[in-house]
Order: sequence, then structure tokens, then C-alpha cells
Amino acid sequence: MTALAVKLAAVGKDYRHFHLRDIDLELEEGRVMGFVGPNGAGKSTTIRILLGLIHQDRGHVSVLGHSMPRDQVAAKWDIGFVSEDMRLYGQATLEWHMKLMASIYPKWDEDYAAQLLKRFELRPQQAMRRVSHGERTKALLLLALARRPRLLVLDEPTTGLDPVARRDVLAELMDVILDERRSILFSSHNTLDVEQISDQITFIDKGRIIRSLDKETFLDRWRRLRFEARGGFSSDGLPGIVETVRSGQLGAVVTDVYSDDVVERVKLAGAEITAIERMTLEEIFVANVVRSRKEVRP
Amino acid sequence: MHSELVISQSDGRPMYQQVMDQIRQKIAVGDWPGGHELPSIRALAASVKVSVITVKRAYMELEREGLIVTRQGRGSFVADDANIGPKLQREELQHHLEEAVKRARLLGMDLSELLDLVRWVRAQALKDER
Repeated sequence: MTALAVKLAAVGKDYRHFHLRDIDLELEEGRVMGFVGPNGAGKSTTIRILLGLIHQDRGHVSVLGHSMPRDQVAAKWDIGFVSEDMRLYGQATLEWHMKLMASIYPKWDEDYAAQLLKRFELRPQQAMRRVSHGERTKALLLLALARRPRLLVLDEPTTGLDPVARRDVLAELMDVILDERRSILFSSHNTLDVEQISDQITFIDKGRIIRSLDKETFLDRWRRLRFEARGGFSSDGLPGIVETVRSGQLGAVVTDVYSDDVVERVKLAGAEITAIERMTLEEIFVANVVRSRKEVRP
Repeated sequence: MHSELVISQSDGRPMYQQVMDQIRQKIAVGDWPGGHELPSIRALAASVKVSVITVKRAYMELEREGLIVTRQGRGSFVADDANIGPKLQREELQHHLEEAVKRARLLGMDLSELLDLVRWVRAQALKDER
């Protein structure tokens, strides 16, 4: 059995205008999880709960074997966290920040930090208030990575990065999991990044987890079947069909349980299938959100 | 780290199939001969910048096809067959010919007409090379 880096069971949190409901989440050691949701879905709240920064109202949270928030002080040595709204001292240089981290964290890796400086093309002497958004993100990432944490938690790490910086960041993340005891959880609304490097994908919307699966299964199960039908075809009541669009004789159905059986059923219902297409993670994500919002409505 | 494979974002095929195809090509052209040790799943994932699960799936499918073997605790290797490269190339040729035969039948060509066409195409290709 593989150990879990993160486990959330029936976690809830109530705010006046937002509720996090029954969050179940499991991330195995050595894996990368992409946490995807629209703005305001509850990604950051969930992340802050698992870091012990916010206390849940209900449920159990365990991170690297530590129960949270009770053991948050002990857990923090092994967790690296980067988020957009993180503060650095504007007057101080990156070098000053690196020395500060080295003095706090005994596992700080001097050589690795020096390599990252080069790869991210950062200047250690520059005051943090003078750096661009991309440089700031890379600096934050450097400060987290060089601590060699066992769990790296990143809130929107690639948001606002230019394509070159994005590629550098993704490459560094992939290097982290060369060590199979290290794990990454990152939130994003960029499904392309998630699709590329995640082993596991979790969709969240309106404070609920709507789906959490390994990526290959996700992409394998969803298909769009284009069809041609004269007259009688209706997808109503066909099992496995999530969505149907039709205009005249042409149309398409979307399924989340693709198999030969589904294709047969659509044919039997009177449609001639002209193409079977794979879907991108973005399309799958949108279809999931649309469906879950329909189900939630009374 | 330099990357062993090049993955395309605009290629419509899933990433694990792209990984499989490129490994198959490396074996076919002899860059990775029979018995050659493949990179570990994690090392390849890191160098190509795709998820571990994607590379794992590609290795599993290649194993099912008999092109590679995985020895517990020792890694994955190209199947121990001195002729594996030429074999793969032959299979690929056969695949193209199957397609050609199908088309010819759709066009109502018989075998001798198809063979004439093959002779003609070959002659043209030889002429171009000269």
C-alpha cells in the first residue's frame, strides 16, 4: 500500500456566504495532483485548511501523517507553500531571503538554491519590490523548493507567467518528483498545465468536490460522438450520455463512460455515428461543472 | 537535462500514445537496440515534462505489445531480440500496405492492377533518387 501525503475526510467549513461541504481528498506519496476549479470554488480555502492556516469546522485532515491543525507546527518543516498573495520583504534582496530561509530550515539545500537561481535567471542582489510578477513567482518557488519539502503546495503557481517562465516552472516541478517520496498539490484554472503534469485531477465547484480521478482514466472515459440522424433520434433516457446538442440532422452527444456499449446504444436509438472524438481536460471540466450545477439545483 | 522525446501539444493524440510512438521509433531505427535499458518512468516523465502516470501507461502498453519487458526492481528494457528494429520497420511497412490494399479494393482494382501501380510508383521513386 502506498502512503498518503494528504488525506481530507468529510471536511467542512462554514462562512456566511460560502460553505465548503464534505471535502474528501486523497493524494498518494510521489504523485502530482492538479486541483481545478472556477474562481471562488473553494480551492484556496481547502488548501489553507490542509496547511493548518484555517481551521476546519468538521472533518479530519492528515498531512504527511500529521493531524491538522493540531500538529501544524511539526508539519510545516516538511511542507513548502507558494501562493500569489504571499508577502516578501520589499526592501530586502532575494539573497537576504535565501539566507533567512537557510537559517530557519536545517534541510535548506545551498547547491540546489544556486542552481535554481541560474535556471530561473534571477538576480540575488535585486530588491524584491523591484522585480516583475514572473520573477517574484519564481523567487517564491525557489525559496520553497530549496527547502526540499516532502509536500509542495502551490496555489495558482503559473498564473500570470509568460510562456517561457511557465515552462521553466513546470520543468522544475517535474524534477521534484524524480524523488518518489515527494508530492505536489497545485491549484490552477489553467487546465493545460494540469493536463500535462498531473497524475491525479480533482475538480471543485461551489465548495464541493465534483470529481477526483487519475488523469488517464479521466481522459479515457470522456468522448464526443458526432452523429447524423433523420427524424426519430432522441438521447433522452440513454444511460451514459451527459449532454446532447443537435441542429437539424447533425448533432453530438457527450459521454463520461465511453465504451463500445455506449456507441451501440446511440446507434440503436437511431443515430449514425460519423466521428468519435477525445476531449480536452478543459472541455471535460466545463461539462462536469455544468452537470454538477444541474444536479445541485432543487 | 536534455529530453529524449518531444511531445506536441497540438498533436490530437493522447500523450501516452505520443510517448509510445516515439519509443517505438527509437527501437525501429536502432537507437534503442534489443536489451537496451529504458529510462526509469520518473526520469522520463521529468525530462519530457509529462506526468508519471502517462509514462507508466505508455510503458504498460508497450509491455503488452511485447516490445519492452519490465524486471521487478531492475527497470525496463527493450525486448531481447537482435532483430527487433527491422521487425518493427517491417510491421510498419505491412501496415501501410494493408491500407493500400483496402483503398485499391474500394476503387475496384484487382491484384495485377495494384502490382502494376506499385511497380510504377517504385520506378518513379528510383528515378527521383538518381
